[in-house]
Amino acid sequence: MNSNEIVIDVQDLVKKFGQFVANDNLTFKVYKGEIFGFLGANGAGKTTAIRIMSGLLEPTSGKINVAGYNAYTQRDLIKANIGYMSQKFSLYDDLTVRENIRFFGGIYGLSSKVLKVRIEELLSSLKMVDFKDDLISSLPLGWKQRLAFSIAMIHNPIIVFLDEPTGGVDPITRRSFWEMIYNVTSQGTTVFVTTHYMDEAEYCDRLSIMVDGRIEALDSPSNLKKKYNANSMDEVFVMLARNGKSVA
Amino acid sequence: MNPILVNNISKSYEKVVALKDVSFEVEKGELFGLIGPDGAGKTTLIRILTSLIIPDSGKASLSGNDVVKDFREIRKIVGYMPGRFSLYSDLTVLENLEFFAGVFGTTIEENHYLIKDIYHMLEPFKNRLAGKLSGGMKQKLALSCALIHKPEILLLDEPTTGVDAVSRKEFWVMLRKLKDEGITILVSTPYMDEASQCDRIALIDKGQILSINTPKGVVDLFPYKLLGVNTPNSFKLLKNLRSFPMCKGAFLFGQDIHFATDNKDLTCKELQESIINAGFENTTVKQIEPSVEDCFMQLMGNNE
Repeated sequence: MNSNEIVIDVQDLVKKFGQFVANDNLTFKVYKGEIFGFLGANGAGKTTAIRIMSGLLEPTSGKINVAGYNAYTQRDLIKANIGYMSQKFSLYDDLTVRENIRFFGGIYGLSSKVLKVRIEELLSSLKMVDFKDDLISSLPLGWKQRLAFSIAMIHNPIIVFLDEPTGGVDPITRRSFWEMIYNVTSQGTTVFVTTHYMDEAEYCDRLSIMVDGRIEALDSPSNLKKKYNANSMDEVFVMLARNGKSVA
Repeated sequence: MNPILVNNISKSYEKVVALKDVSFEVEKGELFGLIGPDGAGKTTLIRILTSLIIPDSGKASLSGNDVVKDFREIRKIVGYMPGRFSLYSDLTVLENLEFFAGVFGTTIEENHYLIKDIYHMLEPFKNRLAGKLSGGMKQKLALSCALIHKPEILLLDEPTTGVDAVSRKEFWVMLRKLKDEGITILVSTPYMDEASQCDRIALIDKGQILSINTPKGVVDLFPYKLLGVNTPNSFKLLKNLRSFPMCKGAFLFGQDIHFATDNKDLTCKELQESIINAGFENTTVKQIEPSVEDCFMQLMGNNE
């Protein structure tokens, strides 16, 4: 555990769509500076829970606090204090690197003075100074991914949600992306991440595994492997997820 | 003649070279994997084979039919599953199957034996709209539709992308069964761990084939000694390891770091001592066999 400070506090979260229970009494805490892996089969209810935690969707019941804000009444404040990046990065292909950074910085309400400094910081830490006027569409996938991640962090959020950030990228880029994740968490940002790569599950401090809307297991990778007497997280995942309906 | 022949195929889009002189053959009844990341050229190659796009140069044929000249014949003998879900979202499961059977002038009953295992899993949802299925189910329906006319050759473009680990494993079991029916299968994937499910694989990156071999053959050609390092703080240790003079690569692999070295005499104990001396206590080192992913990264490095 990296800290005792709780940044996501979810108690008895329930989300129903009509008769269908997408999230069935989820309870968990995420701590400051933690890499928290959120695993589950397709349809297990991960996306619903992430949408609630990021202020996009109102829960049916339960007590949910994210970055210190209430998930019913302070959804806009949640949105302003978290970062979000998905596999389908939201960068604008027909804007340049610099224009994309400036655009998203503007959306997050950074003043032009602060933004100027942040743009230079980002460009130099990404080693993209020479490419700042290149269109996004001309960049390799791995660069776009690193840029999208940095932009999700432009307003120094307390928590950043990464939804399958490494899907499809080559194995070297995938690993350098995880080194980036590690760097931001060592500076105190919390990373909440979903992935289908089970080797990446091993890089998380703690993991929750969802099956049919419920959290079936929650612990560190090494404790989970011990508990289920498995050699890898892949084995643990398959053991738990195979019992679920959503796998079909 | 082998059912899939690819000879010096090249294709560019404006400035981008998508495929550069790609050649390989797939034997009858073989399960052949095309393994590489996004942007490697996998989709372009599969679209050329399905006669949907025309190569700039080179030749390719499926069961003796040229992919440019004989496109009508090709479309009859090929089952194709595109990377993006492309069935009719506003038709039900059953209606989609009936539609594809009708287009190919057959019925669901005629080749039912081919799809029965897969369809069995879909049957409880046969009246559900295809757009309302989960990812794993959509994938099974797409495979059923690609099989409905009993194709000689199956071309599958990233069928397991975005699908969870359990559904992925089930999908490969289905492919092995179809292979046993004598169907020749070319399947692309960005997941390196799926390589072991194939009879032979082609590793592809930036439009070029890096290696064609059996999964074991690829691994046997790994040029370095590989040691698995386990330590409580692997991210920090990575940087140190890369500065070791005998290091040919250090990458995270789940809970371990894979350390490649050209010094064949380096023992686990020696490496462990150097690491502990660098301040990383509780480190263990053992010799390990490389995986296809280790090989891919090593070959990628050469291809830079």
